[in-house]
Amino acid sequence: MTKNLTHLQRLEAEAIHIFREVAATFSNPVMLYSIGKDSSVMLHLAMKAFYPAKPPFPFLHVDSKWKFKEMIAFRDSEAQRLGFDLLVHSNQEGIEQGISPFEHGSNTHTHIMKTVALRQALDKYGFDAAFGGARRDEEKSRAKERIFSFRNAQHSWDPKNQRPEMWKIYNTRVAKGESIRVFPISNWTELDIWQYIMQEEIPIVPLYFSASRPVVERDGMLIMRDDERMKMLPGEVLQEKMVRFRTLGCYPLTGAVESDAATLPEIVSEMLVSRTSERQGRMIDKDEAGSMEKKKREGYF
Amino acid sequence: MSKLAQVEISPAMSAAEEISAYMAEQEKKSLLRFLTCGSVDDGKSTLIGRLLYDTKLIFEDQLAALTNDSRKHGTNGEDIDFALLVDGLEAEREQGITIDVAYRFFSTPKRKFIVADTPGHEQYTRNMATGASTADLAIVLVDARQGILRQTRRHSFIASLLGIRNIVLAVNKIDLVDYSQDIFDAIVADYQAFASKLGFNTIQAIPLSARFGDNVIGPSANLPWYKGPALLQHLENVPLDSADAARPFRFPVQFVNRPNLDFRGFAGTIASGTVSPGDEVVVAKSGKSSRVKRIVTWDGDLEKASEGQAVTIVLDDEIEVSRGNMLVAPEARPEVADQFAAHLVWFAEHALIPGRSYILRTETDQVTATVTDLKHRIDINTFAEVAAKSLDLNEVGVCNISTQEPIAFDSYKSNRSTGSFILIDRLTNATVGAGMIDFALRRASNVHWQALDVDKASRAAQKDQKPAVLWFTGLSGSGKSTIANLVEKRLSSLGKHTYILDGDNVRHGLNRDLGFTEEDRVENIRRVGEVAKLMVDAGLIVLVSFISPFVTERRMVRELLSDGEFMEIFVDTPFEECARRDPKGLYAKALRGEIKNFTGVDSPYEPPENPELHLKTVGRTTEELASEVEKLLTEHGIIFNYDQSSWSI
Repeated sequence: MTKNLTHLQRLEAEAIHIFREVAATFSNPVMLYSIGKDSSVMLHLAMKAFYPAKPPFPFLHVDSKWKFKEMIAFRDSEAQRLGFDLLVHSNQEGIEQGISPFEHGSNTHTHIMKTVALRQALDKYGFDAAFGGARRDEEKSRAKERIFSFRNAQHSWDPKNQRPEMWKIYNTRVAKGESIRVFPISNWTELDIWQYIMQEEIPIVPLYFSASRPVVERDGMLIMRDDERMKMLPGEVLQEKMVRFRTLGCYPLTGAVESDAATLPEIVSEMLVSRTSERQGRMIDKDEAGSMEKKKREGYF
Repeated sequence: MSKLAQVEISPAMSAAEEISAYMAEQEKKSLLRFLTCGSVDDGKSTLIGRLLYDTKLIFEDQLAALTNDSRKHGTNGEDIDFALLVDGLEAEREQGITIDVAYRFFSTPKRKFIVADTPGHEQYTRNMATGASTADLAIVLVDARQGILRQTRRHSFIASLLGIRNIVLAVNKIDLVDYSQDIFDAIVADYQAFASKLGFNTIQAIPLSARFGDNVIGPSANLPWYKGPALLQHLENVPLDSADAARPFRFPVQFVNRPNLDFRGFAGTIASGTVSPGDEVVVAKSGKSSRVKRIVTWDGDLEKASEGQAVTIVLDDEIEVSRGNMLVAPEARPEVADQFAAHLVWFAEHALIPGRSYILRTETDQVTATVTDLKHRIDINTFAEVAAKSLDLNEVGVCNISTQEPIAFDSYKSNRSTGSFILIDRLTNATVGAGMIDFALRRASNVHWQALDVDKASRAAQKDQKPAVLWFTGLSGSGKSTIANLVEKRLSSLGKHTYILDGDNVRHGLNRDLGFTEEDRVENIRRVGEVAKLMVDAGLIVLVSFISPFVTERRMVRELLSDGEFMEIFVDTPFEECARRDPKGLYAKALRGEIKNFTGVDSPYEPPENPELHLKTVGRTTEELASEVEKLLTEHGIIFNYDQSSWSI
């Protein structure tokens, strides 16, 4: 038991320990960088873990080509500011087929532009460990996943046959072609993330802060029209509203919330009284029952 | 009630001030990690769902999904089934049971909690152990109608084994026994009778109903006879084992950070104690000492660092330290040994076999290890010590372990971080066991190697040969001994010094006490491997002709020897052909069921993955096959410049 450390200091130390463990035991690790607030925290933790050295692995962004423009700009400025090695991969076949969340639905789009694209990238570079920013408080199947989560050569997760994970002793051994997904912030909650961002003054994408943005109400969600690829349906009106995002993904699949919270304290305050979970704005969790688990088994994070 | 109500907020405060007040409050909270365990259907998931619901941790969208799910999978009729909130895997929801540990997070004004909800079914005991390894307290659930069950004992035992000292005995479903005090008292008495042997510091028994919320977050009007705390009240107030400042400094080195020639730091997490610049530290394995020059972090150098902090330590001078070693306090050093006694929990379908080699991992170290002696198994129901030759899935035993290199450790009782290890299967990489070290075996430091003046090289030089082991493996009747015999004759005619170790012959003497079970086969190979090693040391070319059916043991022997000394020769004759030849009439007997554990019939043969030589025997003569072996020996420089004609015998 560690009595002198605060809750956040303990979580930070645990994450740093995990980052170092991977760097020490895998031959070709990568960090999956999704540009969201959890990725910002992960990036910050990785910088801390190896200081004064740089993180000894590249950062991979799987670009579905439907991310918010502000996310891409933020990604590039962070790579420049911190000098990390950024790899960007998109599924070229998907792009050629013109896969779009509007025309093909969230399921098909996510499968081709995220799941398949991620598998392609992992195979292309032969990564044997990949860091992800998933947290156990986000979703029920994630609550069951190990910190070091084994993937077979087909990148799939077998939830019924996970390696026991005792103490801080992680089994990092894999055979050729197999890999491990590593989740250093498994034990953080959404509140911990925001608290840490405030405490450490970590830069995040401006979309998290409220501003006047062009949105359309569709299927009960407020979708921001980030570019002209989003066609207006009959009866839909584009309106300027004070909105912000609690999570960030592909813009057609990410619902905005109406809010006036334009600073970190205001965001935390709003979160504390909120009666909906952050993943409420995510379509991919709900398109089928047990749907996140299904995507994970297929190799989506 | 909004969570902000937990902090006193004056109306004059701005949003920013409110939040900093709230954050400051959060910072002061202590953290309690606990797990829920007990038999299946005792209501563990329901209890956690209830805690989350009653502490307002469930969001509206989750509640809507839950109401929906309750109609589909729920077991409570029209009521909300809280278990569905935590049983996240599809298979769990369909079968209505918990398969794997789920981690949950909630907080109250006093504490933050991380909950491991662990499965009750016996086949998932390993998942329960996973949850217990990081917990400070265990809630053991009992169904008031069922009382203490096998799993209640098993889980209490494992919790105790893993060092948990605080127990809550939650007597659940008390509503279904009419809130009866008699039943509650009887269960508590039963539990205390066996738990007294488990060394818990506190056992708090609470009657409750997870489904209806009695005694979960507050006292219940249905239980006027119960005067103790409600569950949440107890969780908020139970004293935590505080870090003992007097525990000696332990710093397992994870990673050597060397970005440039001017910086060399050792990264790791402090397992116990404190450290400051200027302190003397000792490298555990070498005993070399140095002083701490800096404690480096991204946030600046530290004046002092203590247990739980992840830091990078720079030493005064350039002494050798690498991953797996430990920096420790000079006045209180850990054990450094290659033999120790430990408690072991077995996780794999495939039993633990003494003599088989596994990979042992501590927090940062990794070595090859074997269980040299399984002293006994512990019967979970009676806690009695039972003699055992192997450990099956979910069994617990006490054993001696021998590692190929010494490791640095403390007893698990004194340090959970430096006294624990896992065992990994060499082939599948599965985590097959978890161990808690009891003590070092003194033999490790007392049996020193006698340094000898005449060494392996000089003995080999005298014989004008390069010693080696030719390991012939294959089914019974595949032709191993016939080929080995001819090769030896030819080597002998070249003036080479050789010896054949034959499976059947060795079993008449050295290994006459061994049978044909998997355990005995492993021991059989281990002994022969050691004998072969001694003969190589004596300068001989050793021909070993053993079925040796398991990959793991053949690999173990390979690792006993130096590089290039071990040559695996796979004598590959199909089962049908061996059974047809049947030189000793064994196949006929085995197929009639008269011989048990016969390789190829009712015991497996694992063919070599990368043998130095693969001999397919069908349609070839013994002479041709022996010549292939000689070619191999020439390629490896075991014999040189031979004249083919002089070989025909």
